[in-house]
Amino acid sequence: MPHPGENHDEVDHGRRRFLTVTTAVVGGAGVVIAALPFIKSWEPSARALAAGAPVTIDISKIESGQMVRFAWRKLPIFVVNRTKEQLADLPGLDPRLRDPECKETSQQPSYCQNTWRSIKPEWLVMIGICTHLGCVPDYYGQIKPEPFDPHWKGGFFCPCHKSRYDVAGRVFDGVPAPLNMVIPPYHYIDDVHVRIGVNPKGAA
Amino acid sequence: MNKRMFSRLLLALALVSGPLLAQEAAPTLYDAHINVHDMASVQRGARIFFNYCAGCHSLQYMRYARISHDLGLSEQQVMDNFDFNGVKFGDHAISSMPAADAAKWFGKAPPDLSLEVRAKGADWVYSYLKSFYLDPSRPVGWNNTVFANASMPNPLWELQGVQTAVYAPSKPGEDARVEKLDLSQPGMETPAQFDRTARDVTTFLTYVSEPNVFERERVGLWVLLYLVAFSLLAVFLKREYWKDIH
Amino acid sequence: MAAAPDAWKPRNRTLRWIEDRLPVFGFLREHTVEYYAPKNFNFMYFFGSLALLLLVNQIVTGIFLAMNFNPTSAGAFASIEYIMRDVEWGWLIRYMHVTGASLFFVVIYLHMFRALMYGSYKQPRELLWVIGMLIYLALMAEAFMGYVLPWGQMSFWGAKVIISLFGAVPVIGNQLVEWIMGDFLPSGATLNRFFALHVIALPLVLLLLVVLHLGALHTSGSNNPDGIEIKQHKGADGKPLDGIPFHPYYTVKDLVGVGFFLLLAAFIIFYQPTFFGLFLEHDNYVPANSLVTPAAIHPVWYFTPFYAMLRSVPSKGMGVLTLLSAIVVLFFLPWIDRGKVKSMRYRGASYKIALAIFALTFIWLGKIGIGESTWIGDTYIARVLTAVYFGYFVFLWAYTYFGWERTKPVPERVTMHE
Repeated sequence: MPHPGENHDEVDHGRRRFLTVTTAVVGGAGVVIAALPFIKSWEPSARALAAGAPVTIDISKIESGQMVRFAWRKLPIFVVNRTKEQLADLPGLDPRLRDPECKETSQQPSYCQNTWRSIKPEWLVMIGICTHLGCVPDYYGQIKPEPFDPHWKGGFFCPCHKSRYDVAGRVFDGVPAPLNMVIPPYHYIDDVHVRIGVNPKGAA
Repeated sequence: MNKRMFSRLLLALALVSGPLLAQEAAPTLYDAHINVHDMASVQRGARIFFNYCAGCHSLQYMRYARISHDLGLSEQQVMDNFDFNGVKFGDHAISSMPAADAAKWFGKAPPDLSLEVRAKGADWVYSYLKSFYLDPSRPVGWNNTVFANASMPNPLWELQGVQTAVYAPSKPGEDARVEKLDLSQPGMETPAQFDRTARDVTTFLTYVSEPNVFERERVGLWVLLYLVAFSLLAVFLKREYWKDIH
Repeated sequence: MAAAPDAWKPRNRTLRWIEDRLPVFGFLREHTVEYYAPKNFNFMYFFGSLALLLLVNQIVTGIFLAMNFNPTSAGAFASIEYIMRDVEWGWLIRYMHVTGASLFFVVIYLHMFRALMYGSYKQPRELLWVIGMLIYLALMAEAFMGYVLPWGQMSFWGAKVIISLFGAVPVIGNQLVEWIMGDFLPSGATLNRFFALHVIALPLVLLLLVVLHLGALHTSGSNNPDGIEIKQHKGADGKPLDGIPFHPYYTVKDLVGVGFFLLLAAFIIFYQPTFFGLFLEHDNYVPANSLVTPAAIHPVWYFTPFYAMLRSVPSKGMGVLTLLSAIVVLFFLPWIDRGKVKSMRYRGASYKIALAIFALTFIWLGKIGIGESTWIGDTYIARVLTAVYFGYFVFLWAYTYFGWERTKPVPERVTMHE
C-alpha cells in the first residue's frame, strides 16, 4: 500500500501550494479581523465619552494675570487672563522657542494658530500637560528673573524635568519637551462663558 | 462517515429541542409581532415611552446619545422630545421620580425597564400593556390580567380607553376568574390604533433591551459570508491533501 | 515513537541555535509531523480539536471581559450591561464567551460520547479517560462559577441551590456551606472569590489537565472507529501502516471541522445569542434578589441531567449522593466495561442498544431538569431514567463479565468509509 507522501507523481504541487497559501492568507486575515474588536474594546467607552462631553466654564471671576484650572475629560484646563505686558513680550521670545509660529498643527486648532495661541488675545485656554512625559507644569506669571531663567517673561515651568513654556504655552528651545502645549477646541458662548470641547461655528 | 450515528444525533437533537422551545401555558399572551428593524415603529415607541412611561420608569442602562445614534435622530430632537429632566446628552435615561416616594405611592418602586423585554419577552410586554382593567378593589384602582395585582395604574388609559372585566361564572368559594375585558369607555385611539401603540412601545423596549441588535445582525452577515468562504477553502485544501491517503 | 533527538534539526541557523539549547521545534515536530494518527477518523474526531479551540476562545474573551467586569454584588450586574452597551464591541466579546461556554459542553459531551462509541477509554487509554473526566469536573466548576458572575436572579439562585448541595455532607455540612459562601447567603464575598477562582485558579488547573490529557494521548496514540491498535502493523520505516502524520493531514481536516463549527457558533452569536433562553436565561436579566425566587430555578442546561436526578430523589442526602455517584461512576468506566472489543462496530447488538438508550436517557433527564413543566409525572419519569442511567453501568459490567456479549470479528487493519 502506498504510504502518504510517497506517491509524489500524482500530486499537483502547484494546486496544493496555491490552496495552502490561499487558505493561510484567508484564515490569517480572518484572525486579524477577529482581533480588531478586542483592540477596539480598549478605546474610551460610551461612559468615558459621556464623562468627557464638552463643558462650559465661567471666566468672569478670573482677574488679570491670574490662572484658574478647570477640568475637561479629567484633563487640567489652564485658563489665563493675560496682562498687556505678558502679551507684549510674546513676539520677542520667538528666537528662543522651538516652534514660535505654531507650525505643528496637532497642537492647536487652526483658529488658534497665532502669536497668542487663542481666540481672544488676553484669554489663554490650554490643556496644562507638559508634552515631555505628561506632568502638569506650574504657572509662573510674573515677569521677573526666576532661578531656572534669568530673563523670564512669564509662562509655565514643569517641575518634573525642567521644561519651560512661555505664557502662550510655546515650548522653549533646549528643554526636554518637544512640542508646544495643546490648545483644546473651544468657543465663546458669550463674553464670560467658554465651551470647551466644541469648535466655534464654521471652524474646523 | 457513519450515517447511522449522524441520524441518531439528529433524532436526539430533535427530541430535546422540541419541548424546550415550547412556551409555558399561563397566562395566555398575545403575539406581539414586533420587528425591531421597523425604525418608524421604534421611533414612535420612543416618543410614547418618554411621554407616558418615563415619568416613573427609568432606562438606567440607556444613554440619550445612544438613542439618538441608533434611531437616527439629532441631538436636538432627542433632547427636546425625550429629555424632560434637563440632563446631559450622554446621560442615562433616569426617571425623575424619587424611588422612596414611588414606593410610597405605588406600594413599590416602578421597575427599571432597560431589560424588560429580555427578562419577560416581547409578547409579555405587549400583552401586559393591553390588559389593564378597572378594579376598585385594588389600591390604585387598576388591575391586569397578565400580571395579576400589578401595583401600576394604566398609563395609556387616555389612548386605550377604559376596560372592565367580565367575570366567568364561578363556584362558591372560588375566586372569580376574568373571562374577557370589555372596552367600556373608548379612548382617543381605536382598538386597532391602540394595538399599534402598544406594539410600538414593545418594539422600542425590545431595542432598549439590546441596543446592539442592529450592529450585531449587520456584522453577522459578513462573518457568516466569510466563514462560508473559509470553510469551502478548507474543504478543497483537505481534499487536495487527502488525495495521498488510500 | 519519537524520532531520535539528533535525527532532525531546523535548517535555519538561528532556529538551529535555539534548537540546540531548547529543542522546542523538535518537540513541536514530534507532536505534529511525526505523530501518526489512524487514517480512518470520522467526524466524531473533530470534537477534541474543537474543545481546544473553545478553550482558547474562553481564555481570550474571558481576559477581555475581566477588564471591564466589576466583581462586587453592587456592581456586577451593571458592569455586564456596561460591557454590553458602553464598551466598544463588548457585546460581541460577551456573546462569544457565553456561546462558547455552552458550545464547550456540547463539544465535550459529543467527545465523551465518541469515547463510548469506539471504546476509547479502554486499555491502554484508561488514564487518558480519567484525566478527561477530571477536565470535565474542572469544566463544570469553572462554568458554574462563571454563571454566578453576572449576578442576575439565576446566578444568585443557581449558586444558592448548588452550594446548598454541600449541606448534605454529614456533621459539617452547614458550616461548609457558610464557609463556601463566606456569608449566610450568596453575597459579594461569594461573588468575589468565585471571580478569582473563575479567572485564575480553575483556568490554570484546566490548562494543566489539558496538557496531561494530550500527553497521555500521544503516549498511547489515538484510538479510531475500528477500535484497533495501528501500532501493531508497522512498515519498514517503523511508522504504523494505517497511520498518517497528524500534520498536514489532520490539521487540514480539522480546519474543515473548525470552519463548519464556527459557522454554527457565529449563527448563534449573531442571530440567536440567547439561544431561545437556554444559553442566556430570561430570569438572569433580572438583578439578583435574595427575597424573591424566580418561578423555575435550575442550573444551565448542561448540568440539568444531574440536577434532574437530584430532584427525583425524595431525600436531600440520597439525592446528593445520587448526583455524585452519577459523575463518579463515569471515572470507573474502563474497569466496569470488561469487553475486549473496543468499537461498537464489532460489539454485540445489545451494547449498541444500551448505549443509545443511555444517551437518550441523559438527554431526557436534561430536558426534565430544565423544569419548564411542573407536571408531577416528570418526577416519576426522572426516577425511572435515573435507574436506567445507573442500569447502563450494571448491564455493561454483567454483559462483559459473564461473557454474554457476542462480538463480531475485528479486522486486522482499519477500514475506510467514504
